[in-house]
Amino acid sequence: MGVSEVSAGRTGVGLRTLQRPMKAAQERRTPRPRGVCLAPCTFATASWSAALLRRFALTLALLILMPFGAHAAKIGDLIQTNVLEQALDFFTFREPAVRFALLGSMLLGICCGLLGSFIVVRKMALVGDALSHAVLPGVALGFLWNMSKDPVAIFIGATIAGLVGTGVVTLIKQTTRLKEDTALGLVLASFFAVGICLLTMIQRLPTGNKTGIDKFLFGQAAAMGADDVRLIAIVTALSILTIAVFYKEFLLTSFDAGFARATGFPVQAIHYGLMLLLAFSVVVALQAVGVVLVSAMLITPAAAAYLLTDRMSRMLWLAAFFGMAAGAVGAFLSYLGPNLPTGPFMVLGATTVFVIAFLFGPRHGVVMRWWRQRSRAQRVQRENTLKSMYHVLEAREFKGDGVSMRELSERRRETIEEAKQQVGQLRRHDMVTLQEEGNVAFLTPSGWQLACAIVRNHRLWELYLTNAAHIAADHVHEDAEKIEHVLGEDVVRELERRLEYAKTDPHGRRIPSLADMRLGGVGQERTDELVGYGRRP
Amino acid sequence: MNQLLPAFDFQHVVVMPWTSGLSSYGWSMLMGFFVATACGLIGNYLILRRMALVGDAISHSVLPGIAIAFLLAKSRGSLAMFLGALVAGLVTTILIEIIHKKSRVKQDAAIGITFSSLFAIGVILISLYASRVDLDQECVLYGEIGNVWIDTPVTIGGIALGPATVVRMGVVALITAALILLFYKELLVSSFDAGLAFSLGINATVVHYALMCMLSVIVVSAFESVGAILVIAMLILPGATASLVSHRLPVILGLTILHAALSSVLGLHLALWLECSIAGAMVVMGTMFFVLAWIFSPSQGLLRRWLWRRVELPQEMTPEAVRSGGAQAS
Repeated sequence: MGVSEVSAGRTGVGLRTLQRPMKAAQERRTPRPRGVCLAPCTFATASWSAALLRRFALTLALLILMPFGAHAAKIGDLIQTNVLEQALDFFTFREPAVRFALLGSMLLGICCGLLGSFIVVRKMALVGDALSHAVLPGVALGFLWNMSKDPVAIFIGATIAGLVGTGVVTLIKQTTRLKEDTALGLVLASFFAVGICLLTMIQRLPTGNKTGIDKFLFGQAAAMGADDVRLIAIVTALSILTIAVFYKEFLLTSFDAGFARATGFPVQAIHYGLMLLLAFSVVVALQAVGVVLVSAMLITPAAAAYLLTDRMSRMLWLAAFFGMAAGAVGAFLSYLGPNLPTGPFMVLGATTVFVIAFLFGPRHGVVMRWWRQRSRAQRVQRENTLKSMYHVLEAREFKGDGVSMRELSERRRETIEEAKQQVGQLRRHDMVTLQEEGNVAFLTPSGWQLACAIVRNHRLWELYLTNAAHIAADHVHEDAEKIEHVLGEDVVRELERRLEYAKTDPHGRRIPSLADMRLGGVGQERTDELVGYGRRP
Repeated sequence: MNQLLPAFDFQHVVVMPWTSGLSSYGWSMLMGFFVATACGLIGNYLILRRMALVGDAISHSVLPGIAIAFLLAKSRGSLAMFLGALVAGLVTTILIEIIHKKSRVKQDAAIGITFSSLFAIGVILISLYASRVDLDQECVLYGEIGNVWIDTPVTIGGIALGPATVVRMGVVALITAALILLFYKELLVSSFDAGLAFSLGINATVVHYALMCMLSVIVVSAFESVGAILVIAMLILPGATASLVSHRLPVILGLTILHAALSSVLGLHLALWLECSIAGAMVVMGTMFFVLAWIFSPSQGLLRRWLWRRVELPQEMTPEAVRSGGAQAS
């Protein structure tokens, strides 16, 4: 609030000026929850308990918002411009520079995201890096063509240099024993060195000093003019069109080049076509992002999309969207203060998306995978405890219905505390009820059924292995220990049919049947002697 | 064009740096030699381990390390800078490995994401705290090898050794050479045959991380003088050139040093002639030697291959002969 008071005092307009920053603050908040709303969406796909979901989402939202808030504050008090006013300015889109910068960055994000998807799935991610450095001598030569920052001349020069660079990489790989990474590094560095020499020579010229050609190194979206944006729009349209028309060809050559060659697709031509598009997009991206960070705009949104989906078409959509969002964030943040480069902010925007996808992607996210593994391990643990309880009951031929902690711990060769902990887990899932200060556990109907099902799965599989696969009876236990947790009902029915509804396993123990599960006891006829659960006094 | 290419003034370009200009350009040449030697020696192992682009990544991502070290230590002290770069280098290596191993993103994409994000953070830090960080964006890319002689001289025991930057880089180069001599066997075995290294009791992980630490230290000391991107050239060019000429590692290491010396001396002359960035010209010279080796290498050069193809193919086995022979048969 202190900032807005200062501005009111300085401009002397009064109440209206005071209100503007408030509105700006509200408006500034609108683009932000993008990262946050992504998280609940991904969370919604997993079926968790609602409370946990809410807690996670809240922590996540806080974690994401915190650096943003801290960052904005830092920019504000460091460069002493009114951040809120700048933000408001940005969202009115009054200045043409803002419009051009925003439009250019977003189009660029789309273009780079689309093409980046293909180079990421082709495992050529760093070709983009090499290409972006290799265009530098072309930029300088294009400038020398008529001694001005003519976008078209620079575009042509840079494209030629980029293509020569990729050609040299291929040539080095083919004719020497240097590997691809070395070849890429060589081309990247040596072309860049030539470019640096040329640029420093140009800057020595009387005309070269004022041209701001070194903006190409880090990028400044605010310096974009209508011509530049037009060029970006043309390249983006060209990329979208090419990908739409030759989608099948690109897809096939990216994933199965051998098959594509066998069916007569011109694999080489498609490869060079992609390289040409890539060179185009790198060249137009230079102005906004700069030489060094173009490769990030190619790789990062596409890699984030790659983590979220398995379908190429969906990956293209996502990558284009992420690229666009990163472009918008970069253009916005770099507008907040003077002297802030656009490229790094765009890259950080894309990196934020990648980090979220890396951690919380529904299928490949690290946290999600860890959670899945953990819940699976817990389920297996629960089922093993239930099985042990069944074994305890079976060992005393189903006389008496409670399982004491001592019996269970002896059975499982654990301490009593460990057994209590296991049973506590079961109780939380309503598999058992506890009595006598938690020292005796009684199975509930669902617990009994699950215990029977697990033991049945185990014994059926042992029998199947001995009968059908002719494995010795003392070798089947280990395998059955694993499979018992993953057998589905339909497979169990199939096994029962194939084993002709066998009653006993290879070790001579009884396989619990459907009827046993429903009755609540094994081999019992009279309901008043039922054990396990539900015996009424 | 005439403005762009200055006239070749023999006195100024060839004689001056060795006579009257020795006190300034001499240090630049020496600095270039030290940088190229240290980078080239360790670069050989990067090439052998197919990690050339990890070198690329680290040379970019030491930038935030340096910037944060500046901000925390509030000085350009070399210890803080080394520590910052060391931490940044290790973080890069670890991040690449985490992304690569824990998700289905491939290693090349992981490298790209890691170094670009860290570099972006570095650039933002520098532009935000521009007033407090004695480091500008251009210096990050070009380096200031032409100005090393201005640096405060170091004296040990009353003998003036030379500008601090050059002395520091010389010490780093010496340490690199000494470490490579000392651990020659470990590096050799673990680079060529991980299985054998394991059976000999060499811990490949330790060797890997030690190499990465060394790389970060070299990169950060070279950073100021040649800039982030030209460091990659210094890392890869000497080793790649040498490995085109020879197959034996000791010979390759020797050739690396020769390449470093030649490209830094001739590069300075080139820069004086063209009046361009000295570091850039040194790399251009190095690239020229690479191209020469590529074409004229006695064992595997383009020329040799071409001649071989001409000489070794018997007359009746040339493509034309085969084609015409096939046509007759059908």
